[in-house]
Amino acid sequence: MTLQLDSNVPAGPLADKWDNHKFDLKLVAPHNRRRFDVLVVGTGLAGASAAASLGEMGYNVKVFTYHDSPRRAHSIAAQGGINSAKNYRNDGDSVHRLFYDTIKGGDYRSREANVHRLAQVSVDIIDQCAAQGVPFAREYGGLLDNRSFGGAQVARTFYARGQTGQQLLLGAYQALARQIHLGTVTLYNRMDVLDIVLDDDGKACGIVTRDLLTGETARFSGHAVVLATGGYGNVYFLSTNAKQCNVTATWRAHRKGAAFANPCYTQIHPTCIPASDEFQSKLTLMSESLRNDGRIWVPKNPDDCGKSAGDIPEDARDYYLERKYPSFGNLVPRDVASRNAKTMVDQGHGVGPLRNGVFLDFADSINRLGESVVRERYGNLFDMYERITGENPYQMPMRIYPATHYTMGGLWVDYNLMSNVPGLFVLGEANFSDHGANRLGASALMQGLADGYFVLPATIAGYLADLLGTSPVPTDHAVFDTAQTEVDDRVKRLMSAKGTRTVDHYHRELGRIVWDYCGMARNKEGLEKALSEIPALREEYWRDVKVLGDGRTFNQSLEKALRVADFMEMAELKVKDALHREESCGGHFREEYQTPEGEAQRDDEHFAYVAAWEYGGPDIQRDSVLNKEKLVFENVKLSQRSYK
Amino acid sequence: MSEMLNLTLKVWRQNGPDDGGRFEEYRTTVADDASFLEMLDYVNEQLVAEDREPIAFDHDCREGICGSCGLMINGQAHGPQRGTATCQLHMRKFHDGDHITIEPWRAGGFPLIRDLAVDRSAFDRIVEAGGYITVNTGAAPDANEIPVPKDVADAAMDAAACIGCGACVAACPNSAAQLFTSAKMQHLNLLPQGQAERWARSEAMVETMEEFFGSCTNHGECQEACPKEISIDFIAMMNRDYLKAKLTNRRRIGQRKVG
Repeated sequence: MTLQLDSNVPAGPLADKWDNHKFDLKLVAPHNRRRFDVLVVGTGLAGASAAASLGEMGYNVKVFTYHDSPRRAHSIAAQGGINSAKNYRNDGDSVHRLFYDTIKGGDYRSREANVHRLAQVSVDIIDQCAAQGVPFAREYGGLLDNRSFGGAQVARTFYARGQTGQQLLLGAYQALARQIHLGTVTLYNRMDVLDIVLDDDGKACGIVTRDLLTGETARFSGHAVVLATGGYGNVYFLSTNAKQCNVTATWRAHRKGAAFANPCYTQIHPTCIPASDEFQSKLTLMSESLRNDGRIWVPKNPDDCGKSAGDIPEDARDYYLERKYPSFGNLVPRDVASRNAKTMVDQGHGVGPLRNGVFLDFADSINRLGESVVRERYGNLFDMYERITGENPYQMPMRIYPATHYTMGGLWVDYNLMSNVPGLFVLGEANFSDHGANRLGASALMQGLADGYFVLPATIAGYLADLLGTSPVPTDHAVFDTAQTEVDDRVKRLMSAKGTRTVDHYHRELGRIVWDYCGMARNKEGLEKALSEIPALREEYWRDVKVLGDGRTFNQSLEKALRVADFMEMAELKVKDALHREESCGGHFREEYQTPEGEAQRDDEHFAYVAAWEYGGPDIQRDSVLNKEKLVFENVKLSQRSYK
Repeated sequence: MSEMLNLTLKVWRQNGPDDGGRFEEYRTTVADDASFLEMLDYVNEQLVAEDREPIAFDHDCREGICGSCGLMINGQAHGPQRGTATCQLHMRKFHDGDHITIEPWRAGGFPLIRDLAVDRSAFDRIVEAGGYITVNTGAAPDANEIPVPKDVADAAMDAAACIGCGACVAACPNSAAQLFTSAKMQHLNLLPQGQAERWARSEAMVETMEEFFGSCTNHGECQEACPKEISIDFIAMMNRDYLKAKLTNRRRIGQRKVG
């Protein structure tokens, strides 16, 4: 261990930590804020809300997105809802209960103080969003409606039809648009961030960008850099992430010294539409709510798998979740449902043309409730399913299969959301801090907005206050020369490889390795195989990738090529992390470590820590250095999850 | 089981804003369960294999919600399926042997970038002009202190469903952006939270829109093309608000009330 990882969690009782900390933090007076330049990368929930809030406070903000508009970030695709401990239902919810559910849902691999703060500010988020005009679902009295979600026994989820992420992002985007109009925030759209720049003292001082329209690289400097660049789910190629989601900004920060924490933690969502053919470019999520009324089954006899569902009699069906988990049945948590689907398909019980799915059957619900009730509850999802598959789920069961959905790991941050690189802050899915080894439904939106609206605006002042009177490092400083030259060289190398295979070909290959050996279930042998295959693939990629056109124009192949290059490195660290963590927890299931019932077996004695990897050199599996931040639980008792 | 379709594509290719542009024809064979954009991915793989530059087109979420994608398919914005963005359109809506013409959004307000990608940042300018409610972070009252009647909240949500794809502009013979602007505006104008800035918002958004886009002559093509099926009723509501705004805002600056 060579890094000093101080979580900077304030002392005192859990419930008072955040308030005390805010009082102890240094402030920047309103008239001084415009003297500070802050660079915000990403305009999803975390980035847009942070940039807007900092702009409102009077900081001088520059915000960067590779999209044409800030509104297109992938936060927009979240369907279900956002949790908040409002207790509007009078059903016993509280900040402490939301804190407890989130820690437990994360299988005791997150930091208590961060999670408690998340639960505390969840209350303010709903107020803020409602005031912005987010059209949350309402009851007839005009007050806000709630529903319940997995991992909770209270109804604390606020929602806007099936488009909660869209509406929350539009709220943040509109707040950002107001600041752009007022001139406190400058927007740089269609701009990729390809490197993070550190000054001579090792503090984050700027970024190197590539203008996606002209291909020109450029330098920006600031007093602090905020990364809100999302997760790394696209390392699998096929995922529910948008096509452009990538790891580049966080990986480049990692290469510059920021620790990457728990990269093996990935959430595989159980209800996605299975891949249909080799053209498949991404996977589509179907809301978890379907498991309330759908029954999951596969044919008992693999010979029946080619038959249509209606031709398979009741006694030839295996409702395996109901059989194995009688008390939770089809509503077991995401990780359990996903692993069991994989087991069934691996054992030859998969259905569909490619034998790669399990049935999610609504026939019983339609008989019991009538088609109109089912249509009212799930009509939009059924329509989406039919649009994608061409099959009518009112007449035949849906086919579903798990897919990569969210990444709990990310850059290591302290209580202030600052990485171990001073001045480099990391928000939302890009950091590791709040979800442990498994995220609960409706908590991603909560975390993105908590970080952006309420946490960062307070904590960044504590860092900036000491820099009052200093100017940002000038962009003609040698540190920028080095960084920009390195970026230009990387572009040139990819453009001049002039190989034989496309970027997508290599991305698919990488995704296949990571999915096969570091997907829903992992074991030592497979992970070691992946560690031998990834470096070879990466070497071939740099030698043989084919990127046509010009680096100085709008070139989407080059954009992808730069991103896949970083996934090729990140994947190796992810697998190494999975290999080192010799326990199962949440979304990280090591086949060697399971209970006799086949559930995740944690090893709290040896692995109750955050694995924060330090970049050591280009041979990632050899050179990366493990640093541990011990997780201390003072307010919850660790227990084994059971869903029998 | 999936069926293979043999297709002839006529695709608009243009190297950049200053290039003249032309159609190029490609033949391809894809499974009917591929999405439209997966079909284009596949054509791009073929093109790269032949050392020809791939077709540029915007896309991202491929779930019909981010609004990045948008193609004119056989003259229809987002293609033949109602209420469906290009990324959610699947090839089973086409037949073996079909000829498919693919063009970018063509509108003065959306300058072309390359091939099928256009610049829609004028939409951001319209929102920046007034498509928000002024409430600084931390200044909000408890969420339940502002009751919103359910039907009002539902109508606001209908408007707020807009994904900002630009199909309405592309489908309009005048390249007008009334459907987009009215959806963005009425989402906020309908809500109690949006009343304080209602008239200023209405004026600012309409006038910014007019800097970039044509005028509405009630063709209704926008509503037909909209992947979220947003109603042109919102345009009528916008026109009403704009008219009232002109009167109200004048009164506020001390001028005599007109009419």
